[in-house]
Amino acid sequence: MSLRLNHLDRLEAESMHIMREVVAECSNPVMLYSVGKDSAVMLHLARKAFYPAPPPFPLLHVDTTWKFREMYALRDRIAKDAGMDLLIWQNEEARQRGINPFDHGPMHTDMWKTQGLKQALDHYGFDAAFGGARRDEEKARAKERVFSFRTTRHGWDPKNQRPELWNLYNTRLAKGESIRVFPLSNWTELDIWQYIMAEGIEIVPLYLAAPRPVVERDGMLVMVDDERFPLAPGEEPEMRSVRFRTLGCYPLTGAVESEAATLRDVVQEMLLTTTSERQGRAIDRDDDGAGMEKKKQEGYF
Amino acid sequence: MVPPHASSDTIARSGYATDALAAEDIDAYLASHREKGLLRFITCGSVDDGKSTLIGRLLYDSRMIFEDQLAALESDSRRHGTQGTDLDFALLVDGLSAEREQGITIDVAYRFFSTEKRKFIVADTPGHEQYTRNMVTGASTADAAVILVDARKGVLTQTRRHSYVAHLLGIRNIVLAVNKMDLVGYDQAIFDVICRDYAGFADRIGIAAFTAIPISGFRGDNIASAPSPQTPWYSGPSLITHLEQVDIGTSILQDKSFRMPVQWVNRPDLDFRGFAGRIAAGTVRPGDEVRIVPSGRTTRIARIAAFGGDLQAAVAGQSVTLVLADDVDCSRGDVIASAGDPPESADQFDASIVWLSDEALMPGRGYWLKLGTQTITASVQQPKYSINVNTLDRLAATTFELNEIGVAEVQCDRVLTFAPYEENRTLGGFILIDKLTNATVGAGMINFALRRAQNVHWQALDIDRETRALAKGQKPQVLWFTGLSGSGKSTIANLVEKKLHAAGKHTFLLDGDNIRHGLNRDLGFTDADRIENIRRVGEVTRLMTDAGLIVLTAFISPFRAERELVRAMLPEGEFCEIFVDTPLEEAERRDAKGLYAKARSGKLKNFTGIDSPYERPENAEMVIDTMNTTPDEAAAAIAARILGVWVPQL
Repeated sequence: MSLRLNHLDRLEAESMHIMREVVAECSNPVMLYSVGKDSAVMLHLARKAFYPAPPPFPLLHVDTTWKFREMYALRDRIAKDAGMDLLIWQNEEARQRGINPFDHGPMHTDMWKTQGLKQALDHYGFDAAFGGARRDEEKARAKERVFSFRTTRHGWDPKNQRPELWNLYNTRLAKGESIRVFPLSNWTELDIWQYIMAEGIEIVPLYLAAPRPVVERDGMLVMVDDERFPLAPGEEPEMRSVRFRTLGCYPLTGAVESEAATLRDVVQEMLLTTTSERQGRAIDRDDDGAGMEKKKQEGYF
Repeated sequence: MVPPHASSDTIARSGYATDALAAEDIDAYLASHREKGLLRFITCGSVDDGKSTLIGRLLYDSRMIFEDQLAALESDSRRHGTQGTDLDFALLVDGLSAEREQGITIDVAYRFFSTEKRKFIVADTPGHEQYTRNMVTGASTADAAVILVDARKGVLTQTRRHSYVAHLLGIRNIVLAVNKMDLVGYDQAIFDVICRDYAGFADRIGIAAFTAIPISGFRGDNIASAPSPQTPWYSGPSLITHLEQVDIGTSILQDKSFRMPVQWVNRPDLDFRGFAGRIAAGTVRPGDEVRIVPSGRTTRIARIAAFGGDLQAAVAGQSVTLVLADDVDCSRGDVIASAGDPPESADQFDASIVWLSDEALMPGRGYWLKLGTQTITASVQQPKYSINVNTLDRLAATTFELNEIGVAEVQCDRVLTFAPYEENRTLGGFILIDKLTNATVGAGMINFALRRAQNVHWQALDIDRETRALAKGQKPQVLWFTGLSGSGKSTIANLVEKKLHAAGKHTFLLDGDNIRHGLNRDLGFTDADRIENIRRVGEVTRLMTDAGLIVLTAFISPFRAERELVRAMLPEGEFCEIFVDTPLEEAERRDAKGLYAKARSGKLKNFTGIDSPYERPENAEMVIDTMNTTPDEAAAAIAARILGVWVPQL
C-alpha cells in the first residue's frame, strides 16, 4: 500500500518536525503570535505537533497598541483555547513618548515592534522564538535559514548563516545568543489559505470582505478603527466593502476593495489578483527595496 | 495576465492552465490543488548560464510575480539590469543588496511556484567553486537537479562539478538544460554534441540516466510547452512537463522497513507516553512489532495518536506520535524500527565529507556529530583522499579545507544507529559542529560501517568504576594542569601529588616524560599531532579514573577544543581544569630547559607561545597566578580543594 502525501501534508510534517526539534534542544522557547493568518496556522501546527499535550511554550504578542480591535478580541480567546500562556509586551518607552504611526512614521515600527521584541526576548531570556515568516513573502526572507541565528544584540548577518543541510538543524548557542525559527519557511500564501480551509482554522474576520469605514491616504485605503484616527479637515470615512490581505497596525495596513466574503471567494480572488500580499504594507518600501534586509539586520523579525 | 508595461513579445507570459480553472470553477481548482504533489529541485549553473533568468521565467510564467513586483522589476532593470530595455528576470531572484551590487547569487535562496500537477520548491544556488557548500546545502533536500549549460560554451568544468555534487548528495533525477539556444540559432547539431559530451562524463561518475532539454530561459522556449516552434526537431517534454512527471521514489521509501528517530518524548501526564518523530522510512500501523534501537527491546505499536483522531497508518515523511504497548525505555536519539529488520549500529564509519568552514578540519579533534536526532562526539581521522571536483581525481590529503570534498574514517565516542546514505538520507546524513564556536563546519554521508567496530562489543563488566572507587575510598577525578612551557605545571602537580598521597589517596601523575617517551613516541609537535597527543592522554586518564584513581596531568595542552574533549569524556564534575597562569615573558625569562632560546633562534618549530598559539582557558575550575603565588602555596590550595570537596566528612 502506498499512501500519497500531498504538498500540504508534507509542509505540515516539516513544520511539526521543526517545532519538536526546538522543544527538544532549546531550553526556553517562545512562539511569536501576531494574530494574523500565518500565526493562526503556526499555532494550529504547534497544537498538532505536541498533541495531546498543549504546546510546551508560551505565546508572545509584541503589542504596538495600534492593532485592529478585532485582533485583540481573537488573541485573548485563542490562547485560552490552546491551553497556553499568553505574554503581552508593550514597549514602555514608546508608550511614554507617545509614539504613534501618524506622527512618527518608521520610528513607530522600530520602537514598538523591533525594540519591543528585543526587550521582550531579553526580559524573559528566551533562547528560541518561533515566527510565522515565509520565504515567498519577500526577497531577503528567501535566503534566510529556517533556524536563523541571532547575535547577543539580535542582529542577523546574512553572510554568516549556518549551512542547513537535510532536516538537520544546529541549535547550539553561546550565552546570550538566540535563534529565530521559521516553521512556515516553505509555505506560500496560497498554501496558508488552503490549509486554513482544509483544517477549519479560525482567523480574524478582517480577512473577509465586509462594509468597513475607510479613508483614502496616499492611494492606500485605511480603515478608521477607533477614535484615535486623526481625520483631516473635511475628511469623512466612507463605508466600503473591503478586506485585508495582511494585518498589522491598522493605520499602516492597506485594505483592498473586495466582495469576497467567504474563504473560498478570498482564495479565488487571490489566485486572480495582480498584486503581491505585502503591497498593502508601508514597511517594505523604505530604503530602495532593501528595507526588509536592513530591518532584519537590526533585529526585526 | 499580460503586464501593462510589457513592451516586447519576448516576455509574454506562457501561463499554465491553472489560471483559467481558478476563474471558472474555483471548487474544482481547489480540489485538484489539494491533490498536488511536491517536488523539490535544485538549479545549478554559474552566473553566465542564465540560471536566475530561468528561475525568474518559471516564477513569471506561473503567476508568482505580481504587478507591484513587476513594476519594481522594471525600475530595477533600468538601474541594475544587463538586458538593455528588456526585463531582467535575474533581478527578481538576486535578493540581497550585497549580491545585487556584485551581480552574483551568494547564498541558497528558496523559490516557490506551482503548476496544475505539482508544487515546486526551487533551491537556487550559486555556481562558483567557492560556493560549493551552498550547492551542497541546496542539494541535500532536492529530489531533482536542473543542470544548466550555456549552449555557446558546452559542458564545462563547472558542469562536471555540479553534476558530481548533485550525484554525491543522492539526487537521481538529473536534467541537463541546454540554455540560450536562441543565441546559437536553435541549432540541433550543437545540442546533440553537448548531450554526447555530457553522456560520456555522466557515465563515469555513475549517473545512470539524465534528461536533456534545449531551452531558452530568456525567450521561454521549451519551458512550459514543447516543442517550441523554434525547435521542431526536439521530441521530448518541456522542462515543466518533465518536472511534473519525474518520479521521486515516494512509494519506494514507503515500502522499506520502518524507521523513526525519536525526537521528543511526549508525557503530559501519567496516563500518556508518546514518542514523537518524523518517519524516515517505511509504513507503520497499530499492532506492528517494533524494536527500539540500540537497546534492542521489542514491543508493539499501540496507537498512532493525532489531533483530531488516531491514525490507522502513517508513512515515510509524516510527523507522528507513536504510543507503544509496553513501558520500554526509549528516549530522544533512539530509533523505533521494524522488529524484523532493525538498522545497524556502529561507532566507526567510512564517510564522504564536505567541509563547510573557513577553519580547516582538525583530524582527531572532537566535534559534535548530529545524525537524525542523535548528537554525539566524533572525530574525523586523516582523510583517505580528497576529490578534485573538477577533474574527479583522488588526491592525497592531510585535512579538508573549505569546500573540499573527500573520504575519511569517522570515529564516534559511542554507537550510532544509522543507514548508509544511499539507502536513507535521514539516517545516513550528518553534520559536524565545532564544539567551541558552535558553527556547522562539515557535512557527511555514511558509506559503510567499519567492520572492526561492528564486531567489538562493549564488554559489560561486573566490577564497575563505582565499585573500584569505593574500594579506594575516593572519588576518581582528573586534575588537568595546562599552561605555557615553563609555567610550573609539573612542579606544582608533583607537590599536589605528594600531598594527596600523604592524605592516603591513590594517585597517578602523567606528564611529557612518561607519555612522550612511550605511548606517544610516534607523535611530533604539529597541530594535528598535538591534538592526537591530548586525545590519547584523555583516553588514558579515562581508563585510570575508571580504575578509581585521581589522575594529575601536566601538559601544555594549548587548544581549548582538546581540553573540552577530555572534559566531555569524563562524568560531570570529574574534570578539574587548573590553569597555571604565567605570562610568556616570565616563562621565557625562567627558561629552565633552554627551549625558548632554541625556539627564538628558529631551531625549534611549532613552539607554544612563539610560533604556535596557546588558547587560554575561559572557564577553568582553578587559576594559579604564579607571579603572586609560590608553588607550595598553589599546591596547598589545590590539595585542600580536592580533599575538602571530595573526602566524605566523617
